Amino acid sequence: MSGEADTEDLPGSVEGVRELLASQDYVADRSLATAVHLALTLQRPLLLEGEAGVGKTEVGKVLAGGLGRRLIRLQCYEGLDVATAVYEWDYARQMVEIRIAEAAGETDRSRLEADLFSESFLLRRPLLEALESREGRPPVLLIDELDRADEPFEAFLLELLSDFQITVPEIGTIRAEHPPIVVITSNRTREIHDALRRRCFYHWLDYPDAEREMQIVGVRVPDSPKRLLARVVAFVQSLRDIELFKVPGVAESIDWTRALMALGKDGLDPATVDETLGILLKYEDDVSRVRGETAAELLGRVEQELAAASLD
Amino acid sequence: MTDLGSGGTRATLAEGLGRRVTRFGRLLRGAGLKLGPGQIVGGLQALEAVDVTRRDEFYWALHASWVKQAEDREVFQEAFRLFWRDPDRPVNRVLEELLASSRLIEGRPRPKTSRRVLDAMDAEVAERREDPIEAEVVRLTHSSSEVLRERDFEQMSASELREAERAIERMRLPVRPIRTRRWRPAVRSGTVDLRRTIRATLRTGGSHIGLHWREPRERPPALVVLCDISGSMAGYTRMLLRFVHALTGARDRVHTFLFGTRLTNATRYLRYRDPDEALADLGSRVRDWSGGTRIGRSLRDFNLHWARRVLSQGAVVLVISDGLDRDDPELLGAEMARLKRSTRRVLWLNPLLRYSEFEPEARGIRAMLPHVDAHLPVHNLESLEALAQTLSGAAIPR
Repeated sequence: MSGEADTEDLPGSVEGVRELLASQDYVADRSLATAVHLALTLQRPLLLEGEAGVGKTEVGKVLAGGLGRRLIRLQCYEGLDVATAVYEWDYARQMVEIRIAEAAGETDRSRLEADLFSESFLLRRPLLEALESREGRPPVLLIDELDRADEPFEAFLLELLSDFQITVPEIGTIRAEHPPIVVITSNRTREIHDALRRRCFYHWLDYPDAEREMQIVGVRVPDSPKRLLARVVAFVQSLRDIELFKVPGVAESIDWTRALMALGKDGLDPATVDETLGILLKYEDDVSRVRGETAAELLGRVEQELAAASLD
Repeated sequence: MTDLGSGGTRATLAEGLGRRVTRFGRLLRGAGLKLGPGQIVGGLQALEAVDVTRRDEFYWALHASWVKQAEDREVFQEAFRLFWRDPDRPVNRVLEELLASSRLIEGRPRPKTSRRVLDAMDAEVAERREDPIEAEVVRLTHSSSEVLRERDFEQMSASELREAERAIERMRLPVRPIRTRRWRPAVRSGTVDLRRTIRATLRTGGSHIGLHWREPRERPPALVVLCDISGSMAGYTRMLLRFVHALTGARDRVHTFLFGTRLTNATRYLRYRDPDEALADLGSRVRDWSGGTRIGRSLRDFNLHWARRVLSQGAVVLVISDGLDRDDPELLGAEMARLKRSTRRVLWLNPLLRYSEFEPEARGIRAMLPHVDAHLPVHNLESLEALAQTLSGAAIPR
């Protein structure tokens, strides 16, 4: 195992990881907990893929919270470059420094240059920041939506993740004392390169089944009435079976529950569903497809199923 | 519950189990997963970190180590079930069973398909292809190639088709590049490159600040081709696919989808270097050659399942179709509108435009027209060349 990182505070088992996540209100099944556990103990990045709204980003945040580590988040976009992701020189201060040196009659140029391009003029961006441990405890590095970044950035990242070091030409190589805990998420708008996949533990996050979704929403909206919760989850689950441009995720279930509670509802009726559908569906085409008849029909089925289930 | 191997402990894997896991890895490799020796060792290490006496931890530890993309999950699941039922059977036997049992492996690239598939796909042309005498006789002179340029693909003889094919393979598309957010040094344009400026200033001791410049890098946009292969397009499909093949070879980021009554992603087959081989493999993959057309349905499929994955980063869409649709024109119109909204430019390439008196009468065509940036003919070499010009960024005819 590389590095002598302080692993004492890491949970030593899959069950331990599950409890850790649960302590942060994140309900994980064993498959996810196993993948997280492996990433932690074997110190390799965790690559999470899945549809939007299934809780990929949360995993990174929750890990940082549960382990008491700093969270460093890098949001990816096309054209993400070294200056935004890794480091940048503080040009304004360098300019001032040059003027001061000039005024003071400093003539040793090579010394001035060495001063100007030293660590004190370096602005650290997320990836460089992530190499630094505090009190022997490396941070959690969350690289969000890597699929949005372009190939050159991915290639750079691959290099970084293999030996956790960054070379700044003017300074030299900066190496991580302890490798950070790395969580990478992707929505699959583009395929991530094989080489990067190989380096990671991989997990596909699916929409949860009804039972687990009830748990998740229940934990996140603690005072939600059971009656409402059951209906919200059953309705959202049935929406996921229709052909939509954007199927609602768990995040939408949570938002919807909160909205319905704010409206003082403890159940669903067609009018309320129609009025609040915009919280679940984010495309006009989808809303107009579901609103009215379809919604009423789904709702009817949900009520029937729930009634049948409670008869058992 | 299967016996996963006797006495697997947390500290080190029992030797027998290690061997079985390695063989399981070989099985997965046989089934198409990309597993090198490094991955196999990685899987064994992962097992040491979990409680292997629990079947779920055992399963998910190997899963997290060896499954690297969503598409492989089903193969893994099926292979796991078959292998661990009796882990000491020969791997080959299990692999056979796995391959036989599944619709799983369908859709993976297979090595070379036999040339017979090509013949089956287009028997008539392939037959004439064999005729050596004709091949001798036909040597196009310059003037005859002028004629060829304007001749409709549908009316070409086999030898002319062959000549046209060769011409198409030589075609390159100079597409107008889009700006990226990466930089390159420039001379007095763009913005000031502070890093280089500071460096240069240091060299002069700070008394004189010589500005250095940088400007955005450019690169060609992604191209998405949606090609109609229904019966009414049969006379053109072959040529147009060659054209698409030439595009695919010339640049990265070309995605190709074929549709008749359903949508098929053909991108990876068109990546083969040899166009005959590419088309042959396509011939065996795609089910609805020369059948009916359901453009609206197919576009909907594309919008739902592919648009967000392949239309990012400023893609240009080429729709190749005659617009003769049996479906509801309202659906077609709505899906075209959606396609138009999620892309930079939609170009419609229509072989029917060869008729100078072409009037958009058919309902499908009327439904599509309002949502395209350009409606262009593609029935002969000349029109393909003109298309190359259009894509390279000259004014777009409406």
